[in-house]
Amino acid sequence: MINFSFDGKTYQAEKGDTLAAALLRNGIGLVGRSFKYHRPRGIMTAGVEEPNALVTIGDGGRSEPNTRATDVFVYEGLVAKSQNRWPNLSFDIGSVFGLAAPVLSAGFYYKTFFGSAKRWMIYEYFIRKAAGLGNAPTKADPDHFSQRGAFCDVLVVGAGPAGLSAALEAAEAGKRVILVEQDNILCASLIRDGHDRDGAWVEATQTRIRAAGGRILTRTTASGYWEHDLVTLTQRIAEPGQIPPHGVAQRLWHVRAGQVILATGSIERPMAFAHNDRPGVMLSQAVRTYVRRFGVVPGKRVVIATNNDDAYKTAYALKAAGAEVVAVLDARPAPAGADSGLPVYNNAVPLSTNGARHCLKSVTARVNGLTQSWDADLIAVSGGFTPVVHLHMQAGGTLDWNDTAQAFVPAASRQNVTTIGGAANPEPVFNVVPVSTPKKSFIDFQNDVTLSDVDLAWAEGYRSVEHLKRYTTLGMATDQGKLSNMAALGRLAEKQGVAIPEAGLTTFRPPYTPVTMGLLAGAGAKDAGAHVRRLALYDVHAAKNPIWQPLGYWFRPRTYPMGSETLAQAAMREAKAVRSNVGMTDVSTLAKFEVSGPDAAAFLEIICATTVGKLAVGRGRYTFMLREDGFVFDDGTVWRLDENRYLLTSSTGGADRMATHISYVRQYLCPHLRVSAINVQEHYAGIAVAGPQAKATLAALIGEEPPRHMSTVPAMIAGVPVIVLAASYSGERAFEIYVEASHAGPVWAVCEAAVAKQGGALYGLEAMEFLRIEKGHLVVGGEVDGRMTPHDLALDKMLNKAGGYVGASGLSRPALFETGRRQLVGLEAIEGNIPEGAMLVTGEGASPQGHVSAAAFRILEGGSIALGQLTDGFARHGEELIATSPTRGQMARVRVVAPHFYDTAGERYRD
Amino acid sequence: MMQFTCPHCGPRDQAEFIYERTVDAVVSLDAAPEDAMKTLFTRNNPRGVDEEIWRHTYGCRAWMVIARNRVTNEISATRAVGPEALP
Repeated sequence: MINFSFDGKTYQAEKGDTLAAALLRNGIGLVGRSFKYHRPRGIMTAGVEEPNALVTIGDGGRSEPNTRATDVFVYEGLVAKSQNRWPNLSFDIGSVFGLAAPVLSAGFYYKTFFGSAKRWMIYEYFIRKAAGLGNAPTKADPDHFSQRGAFCDVLVVGAGPAGLSAALEAAEAGKRVILVEQDNILCASLIRDGHDRDGAWVEATQTRIRAAGGRILTRTTASGYWEHDLVTLTQRIAEPGQIPPHGVAQRLWHVRAGQVILATGSIERPMAFAHNDRPGVMLSQAVRTYVRRFGVVPGKRVVIATNNDDAYKTAYALKAAGAEVVAVLDARPAPAGADSGLPVYNNAVPLSTNGARHCLKSVTARVNGLTQSWDADLIAVSGGFTPVVHLHMQAGGTLDWNDTAQAFVPAASRQNVTTIGGAANPEPVFNVVPVSTPKKSFIDFQNDVTLSDVDLAWAEGYRSVEHLKRYTTLGMATDQGKLSNMAALGRLAEKQGVAIPEAGLTTFRPPYTPVTMGLLAGAGAKDAGAHVRRLALYDVHAAKNPIWQPLGYWFRPRTYPMGSETLAQAAMREAKAVRSNVGMTDVSTLAKFEVSGPDAAAFLEIICATTVGKLAVGRGRYTFMLREDGFVFDDGTVWRLDENRYLLTSSTGGADRMATHISYVRQYLCPHLRVSAINVQEHYAGIAVAGPQAKATLAALIGEEPPRHMSTVPAMIAGVPVIVLAASYSGERAFEIYVEASHAGPVWAVCEAAVAKQGGALYGLEAMEFLRIEKGHLVVGGEVDGRMTPHDLALDKMLNKAGGYVGASGLSRPALFETGRRQLVGLEAIEGNIPEGAMLVTGEGASPQGHVSAAAFRILEGGSIALGQLTDGFARHGEELIATSPTRGQMARVRVVAPHFYDTAGERYRD
Repeated sequence: MMQFTCPHCGPRDQAEFIYERTVDAVVSLDAAPEDAMKTLFTRNNPRGVDEEIWRHTYGCRAWMVIARNRVTNEISATRAVGPEALP
């Protein structure tokens, strides 16, 4: 025996029981409350289509709400709780007051949109309180979810007799076979139907499939059929709420199959009659499953309602198990089983059920036009069979209408998929038109949609099946209308006066059964959602306990606070060190490309909007790149290292898109050029040394005269070859030292010692930001925001007059030169500190004419300054404006100035 | 998820590729300004086969042109581009 609990009480289950079987075994018929009306609900099916018996399984982060009791196998210690009830399942306030029913009819939600917003708020509150299912867990799931890919020649979905036989045939023909079954045993239908082919045949066939190299996965659902015969499988390794034996709770498979065989069978349909949602109303095949597979007889006095032959098997199974079959209501006019020894009534359809204390007491039916009742505690219903065509339809297939089965069956598909078995050839049935009270005749049990809701939608003018679905929410619950769609289509067709196939179909979308979020996230959950790239010098920085800042995929030191310094204090100290002495920082993350070959200069003049060809060997210059539409894309520097060898740098944040752009231009637009453009971003680590003492510091490091501004030389530091570039982002005399990343440690150590000897400091991104704002240098993503042309940024004088670069055509559009464009300006505070991100207005209530893209303080003199974009800003220097940030409640009076606050003559970085 | 046949690596999942643009959206370097703008902003969207540029970014990183039917996702042709594919 296995112990489990339901709503706090402990029960025993038999090995192999589903939770539904175990609950029935313990005489529990009432399992949950319905979504809208809080109606008592029991177990209706024995499979994944279960709409009613939804429970929350497990505790804490492992808890899984809305789990079908028919789709979880009991394990020792399983904890299940009923849902959507208060204070408890059998006494539920929501149902006692019956408050919901008059309000929540079809389209209730849309109707609340009319009228005052206040009324809507009240409805919304009420609906949220009253309607719902289980609660999502609030703790993180402690388990792992794995994902894996697989290939096979033949994927067989469904291990009933047809699927098992198909898998055997394929495997023994030498094909790589995967057979998946959502149940935990194969061929459960053989047990249900008491078939001649017994367990021994199933065992032997499995053994042969495995011997031929086939793979059989149980508790695995083919949940989605995607393009090019890719099928996703969701495999339960542990049951819901169960502690997984090896840490992995579920596995998501991506299977690329040569061919897919769907042996998915069919789902039995309920019938529409009044109070057909009461505990004690069960599908016929489900009853038979409980009797034969689980040895549980769900009723003592049973009425059977059918429109087909299959339900007679249920009658025999019940009789054999000792239950009394009090009536077989057969909708067909002619008797099918005259000599069955059963009390068969032809021309008989159920009208309603009656009950008390959440149990079924009697069934009323119309037999040959007369009403008749039977005392019963169970009604087994079979309204025909709906082939499981979900995967076929997800694969882009079409359907045919099979009139004898009153069902849609798979037709053509554009993918390599075939359907076999019951899903292709459903049982013949007799079409039954419901005759009962539509108001209490449920068709979508999970979303509480009745026949009268369909009627109401029709009366209100909803003609298309897609509209009907959305208006009534039919088929939109977690069961996706597995039981309900055909009933709704039948009703709609009846209203339209057309045959069912003319009424149309809704779309079948993955997943076939609900999939947990953790499974989709897989190993990408928690911190692994995005990868982190580490600086080559990460450990060196980490030892100094910096404040880190994300930049692109990297984390870079923002500041290196000393003692009790705040971020702002530390950054200002670092910036002052650069302005007055010497500072050093890690610039490894800058995008870097080595461009070489006879056509290197020509290629660079396509990528860059500036001239490159005239650079002498050993010289470099500032450059920028445009998008095809003429807007500035990125900026950086280009260096001629050798006759035919250049180094191009660009921004960290744009590194990947620049790499893609360069590759696209080289490979697609210019395949004829003799050039190679290699991404060397992570090949080199970079160290910047900046400040009035940088030249002296560097001279000591390399033992020779450092290169003059915008020149480059190869050198040796700490016995390691380096490239020294004299470039200044800070506005001071500065050098960038590039070294192979794996040798960066000793170079950094020597540089750091030299800077320390000068009394200098390390500086981080925050100080770099202060320095560049004061100098008016651009940041991609800040001033360069994708809406600025070279002219807007006052870079137009640098444009290559010969054109030919990417974006030259786009930049020639006249509209880009009209007045009214935002232009780069500097801003100086007259009063207050300029808030970053503030909008620029002429006065209170005026519409914004620009914004502040970056704000800082003058490093040596103090005073709030900023860079921004302002409409026609070039012509407005001297004008006073207000920079206001209503969201932060900050504002400042500012004066528009040129975007250079420091060393406007540019004398400090030259020799 | 579709499956593409990379000219260099063979059949691979679409997840290994990044889409660039359709061939008719390529702005050639010598395009007249009006033509460049037409190419960028008024493109075809055929119901049927279109030629698309993809890159095997998480594989060999090579670029290719894939002829794909946008209704059925049938891939009718794949060709390599780049210096090595020049005639």
